Amino acid sequence: MSRRRRDRSLALAPWLFTIGFFLLWEIGCRAFKISSYVLPPPSAILEALWQYRTQIGYHSFHTLWMTLAGFGLAVGFGLLLGMALGASRFVNAGTYPLLVGFNAVPKVAVVPILVIWFGVGWQAPVLTAFMISFFPIVVNVATGLATIEPEAEDVLRALGASKRDIIVKVGIPRSMPYFFGSLKVAITLAYVGSVIGEYNASNVGVGNLMARASADFNVPLLFAALIALAVLGVVMYAITVIVERRMTGWAQRSNFAAA
Amino acid sequence: MPAFVDIHDVTHVYAGAEDGAPAVQDLNIKVMEGEFAAVVGPSGCGKSTLMKLATGLQFPAKGTVIVDGREVGAPVKIAGMAFQNPTMLPWRTTLQNLLLPLEVVQPHRSRLRSNRAEYVAKAEALLEQVGLKGQGSKYPWQLSGGMQQRASLCRALIHEPKLLMLDEPFGALDAFTREELWCVIRDLHAAQRFTVVLVTHDLREAVFLADRIFCMSSRPGRIIAEREVDLPRPRDLEVTYTQPFMDIVHELRAHIAHARVAA
Repeated sequence: MSRRRRDRSLALAPWLFTIGFFLLWEIGCRAFKISSYVLPPPSAILEALWQYRTQIGYHSFHTLWMTLAGFGLAVGFGLLLGMALGASRFVNAGTYPLLVGFNAVPKVAVVPILVIWFGVGWQAPVLTAFMISFFPIVVNVATGLATIEPEAEDVLRALGASKRDIIVKVGIPRSMPYFFGSLKVAITLAYVGSVIGEYNASNVGVGNLMARASADFNVPLLFAALIALAVLGVVMYAITVIVERRMTGWAQRSNFAAA
Repeated sequence: MPAFVDIHDVTHVYAGAEDGAPAVQDLNIKVMEGEFAAVVGPSGCGKSTLMKLATGLQFPAKGTVIVDGREVGAPVKIAGMAFQNPTMLPWRTTLQNLLLPLEVVQPHRSRLRSNRAEYVAKAEALLEQVGLKGQGSKYPWQLSGGMQQRASLCRALIHEPKLLMLDEPFGALDAFTREELWCVIRDLHAAQRFTVVLVTHDLREAVFLADRIFCMSSRPGRIIAEREVDLPRPRDLEVTYTQPFMDIVHELRAHIAHARVAA
């Protein structure tokens, strides 16, 4: 196959597979006469999406806000803590067990505590999103800093560079690909967190919409909300990937990554 | 005249060494100002330790290290370093990599911002001297290994160090590129007369470049022989095929072989 044709078929492949997936779903639902209370066909979901478009739009926007707020907090906190961990072996050794323990706690279990502290509102979704998503950022930034090549460090140290010089000139730029790589994971996690928070402790947001739809047995709306979540998630992921490419193009030079 | 680099009766044990065995023992090296010294020895003989001691990245457990008339108690700041791995920073262009030492070392550090054009011109002149004219805007990973190593030499020299420390800088290059770079460093040394300490495995490289060669024993490293090279300068690559040159290489080879057997 010529290079041009291969490139075009690669560009078409995602559409082909996505459309195929929904077609199979539709055909399966009709062929086996599955009740739309169990699994609504895509056509019914599309209908529900249209019917509830203002509601879904409003709640999606709210969820987006919650996610971005939690994610923003996670980025700021994760960068700072990651740098502290990467720069000091003492802090690293000291906080690592705490961090791992904290990360091991399922965040759903923390939501009731947040409800007791803050009541029902924006705090629970934002904080859940934050708690669930900062860990990968911390670990990645710390790794980037801790794996500076010893020779690069020696070159600067022999010139009398301070620890701070080395972190600013070498450590931070070096850890940026790790940082942006972790953002892809973190944005998805933050999204999970905000929806969990909304489901349990909010009056708005897609999570809350789903909680209510579930109570009403409105299965098509439930699925319509899921589709909205998926689309929103893909868009946020895609934006982080674009930001990553723009910021750390130097780290993605190998043919291996391009292939 | 006192030596420029004077390593006197130095024994060094790394803090983390499991067996507590010294990396170098009773080490004595004297290098005069402007001299080109080479240190050869079997692998693992503590040559890199020597580099760290002379630049103040490590301090000896016993003995003294004097560089430029002062006992070394902190990183020396007058040294430039180049390693087998060029260690260029991939997010900076070659030119920006060259300017890196100037962002660290005084007085350039405080002058760099206001006199940037002057420093850039200097870096470009240096690139031209090593045959990299006009390559400054490229990223290091767009250059070949030999070109990266040339750039790495430039970075080691940009702040006009009085002491250049080279740790097997040509070890990873093919034979032709290596010989080209020998000539590059020979010409740079002839022009600027800084003091060089070159650590290498390659005996021909040592004899071609150096005024004085130290042979180290295997671990713990000691100096087992010191040899002055009196081949006239400037030396051409042709000299490496002459009898006197071969004789010195042979002589050194015997010392190294002896050191390896003794180990």
